[in-house]
Amino acid sequence: MSDTASTAEAKLPKDLAAEKGLVNVQIDGIWRQVPKGTRMIEACRQFGVEVPHYCYHPKLSSPGNCRMCLVQMGMPPRPTPGQDPTFDDEGYQPIGWMPRPVIACANTVAENMGIRTGGELVEGVRKGVMEFLLINHPLDCPICDQAGECRLQEFSVGHGRFSSRFIDMKVKKPKNVEIGPRIRLDDERCIMCSRCIRFMDEVADDPVLGFTQRGTYTTLTVHPNRELDSNYSLNTADICPVGALTSNDFRFQMRVWFLKETQTIDVNCGTGANITVWTREDKVYRITPRQNDDVNSCWMPDSHRLNFHYIDSPERLTEPMVKAEGKHQPASWSDALAQVADSLKAHAASEIAIVASARLTNEELHLAKALADQIGTEHLTTVPRDAESDGILISADRNPNTTGSKLVWRRADPAFRLESIRDGVRDGSIKVVLSLGEDLTAEAGFSTEDLEKLDFLASIQLLAGATAEASDVVLPGAAFTEKRGSMVNVTGRIQRLNRALEPRGLARDDWEVLRDITASFKGESGMSADYPQMIEDVFSAMREEVSEFEGLTLSKIGDLGVSVTETGVTIPLLENERARKAAGEIVG
Amino acid sequence: MAVVKVKRPDLNAGEKLFLGAIVKGFFITMRHAFDSLRGKTRGADEMASSGLGATMQYPEQRWDEHMPEYYRGAPALVTDEQDRERCVSCQLCEFICPPKAIKIVPGEIPSDDAWAKVEKRPQEFDIDMTRCIYCGMCEEVCPEQAIYLRKDYLISGLNRKEMVHDKKKLYEIGGKRVGLVNKWNELK
Repeated sequence: MSDTASTAEAKLPKDLAAEKGLVNVQIDGIWRQVPKGTRMIEACRQFGVEVPHYCYHPKLSSPGNCRMCLVQMGMPPRPTPGQDPTFDDEGYQPIGWMPRPVIACANTVAENMGIRTGGELVEGVRKGVMEFLLINHPLDCPICDQAGECRLQEFSVGHGRFSSRFIDMKVKKPKNVEIGPRIRLDDERCIMCSRCIRFMDEVADDPVLGFTQRGTYTTLTVHPNRELDSNYSLNTADICPVGALTSNDFRFQMRVWFLKETQTIDVNCGTGANITVWTREDKVYRITPRQNDDVNSCWMPDSHRLNFHYIDSPERLTEPMVKAEGKHQPASWSDALAQVADSLKAHAASEIAIVASARLTNEELHLAKALADQIGTEHLTTVPRDAESDGILISADRNPNTTGSKLVWRRADPAFRLESIRDGVRDGSIKVVLSLGEDLTAEAGFSTEDLEKLDFLASIQLLAGATAEASDVVLPGAAFTEKRGSMVNVTGRIQRLNRALEPRGLARDDWEVLRDITASFKGESGMSADYPQMIEDVFSAMREEVSEFEGLTLSKIGDLGVSVTETGVTIPLLENERARKAAGEIVG
Repeated sequence: MAVVKVKRPDLNAGEKLFLGAIVKGFFITMRHAFDSLRGKTRGADEMASSGLGATMQYPEQRWDEHMPEYYRGAPALVTDEQDRERCVSCQLCEFICPPKAIKIVPGEIPSDDAWAKVEKRPQEFDIDMTRCIYCGMCEEVCPEQAIYLRKDYLISGLNRKEMVHDKKKLYEIGGKRVGLVNKWNELK
């Protein structure tokens, strides 16, 4: 017996826990240690005990109005004056169970507290709450978009009574109300959890929603003469536990149980919000935010969420094309790539420019740099895309991978050559341009006349447009849902894109196209063993040159990313959230 | 499971020759042959046979009236008394269908439609009859009593495309079905 063991024996569990800032809580009969001040519902969740709830959301305040999370609580009985507390063999005080349930979402744990999430009392009250919630429910699950991910459905199966005792007429409320440009409201389905109201007030800072009327007539409405038109409105549909708020964009498109979920990241701005892409067969049906407390919390802006319809739009390029006598003709990949390589070889290195994009992944940027080195040209740039930050989640940098391009290219400003390239094209010193995913006539600032001056223009493009039109060789690339790779967001966090779909038609992954251009420029085959055959190979080759990626692989990045560098940039939404967490308003 | 050993019956010398049994069987066969020629086969009447045995002369003769109530033929969509299409394209049948024969494209009912409050109906509803196994799961799973296996068994086509029943064809087979639960009426 060592000394420490004997001292440990002398101490009571409450003292041992207090040393670490923890308290002892008995959850369903098992003693656990949780941090002081934890909500009961979170304490249960930490140990895999799920307490059913509707209104509670860790990122929002807890009004405790749905009453679904009722549990039985017990504390040691208060000793009478002069009486000493009694302890059992393990050193815990006996628990005196309270005869009435308490809500687990708004109460915090205390030393020697007991929580029962089952038993006659708890199951009884849950059944009662479910019955109340379903009294006026229209039971239109067959037409409700929430079916399959509806808490009311799930808890009705888990805790409901399966039949109604209600014989009166159900209360009629407004249905199919357009409360905003992107959100549809069905008041009969609403269970008055007020999550959407709190979200609009606390996170989106646009409090337009509220309840009117009372009792069973309580109705969720939008403020008179206002609309739910915030750029964060679709998050209310995500957090709505029932089908009261649904997305117009996803309305009646597909039942959720058919959809495959792929965890990836958003590429519309430097924040790189973590998202789930929901696909079936070869179509993206919707995008929802995925929780990452270091990037986007649980939210994402509507403008980014809905920006995926171009992936299968008619403008999408699906086969390589070569311009012959001023008209684009479909060509095979080998012919198109050979033509690019021939044109590159036919010109001096100083006459060639590569306009890459900070929308490319690190791997693609690495290969673009390798191609430029192979050609021997200095003219390699990205295209900056700066705008206003919205002060919540949208970054001022609308390129998703500016930080990554800085790291991979080892340059402080990867876009600084754009101007000299533009001038070179105009004065004729640059005769060949390779555009990697950039529409040159947009942010890059080229005019169609500039592009006409070129001897040769090849571009990896997603959509038909002015650059594709002007290109001598069009190489169809992959959209962000079709790529695997990594990007570094504005805060210096490396995050991973995962492939949800195969590239459309004959389109190919951009990194493979870049590899093959490099190979055919050297007169070799991209399929030979000298070249990477998997995206993982590209990452490990890149890791050799980029010290920040030391010890990482694509798998090690994980679904939540890893911080690789300090940029000093912060995300306003997270700052706000941390302040509210520190103030004790939310669980966080 | 317990193993039960069965003892083979002891046969006498005559039985071991099997000759008697062969002759007996021959007489039975002949009796049926003569009965069949006389139109006296068992079941001949109720099967409405051609008179020559129990064989039905298909396709001139059909079995249709003899089909049991529970016969599972081609699946079809039905409309209700007010000619409303009952299907709301919840896609549960598509989900449950074991051979994945059903394909639905859901759609919204326009607000000027008389049944706008139902909100949802199928834009396209295809059942691939080369895949359908007539299991009846779609009928069982349907929460709207909209899909039924009818008694149509003559499903034929000259190519695969013809074997796909589209929404129009499905309503044609299904027709109107009265007396079902109607949860979309005024009272709900």
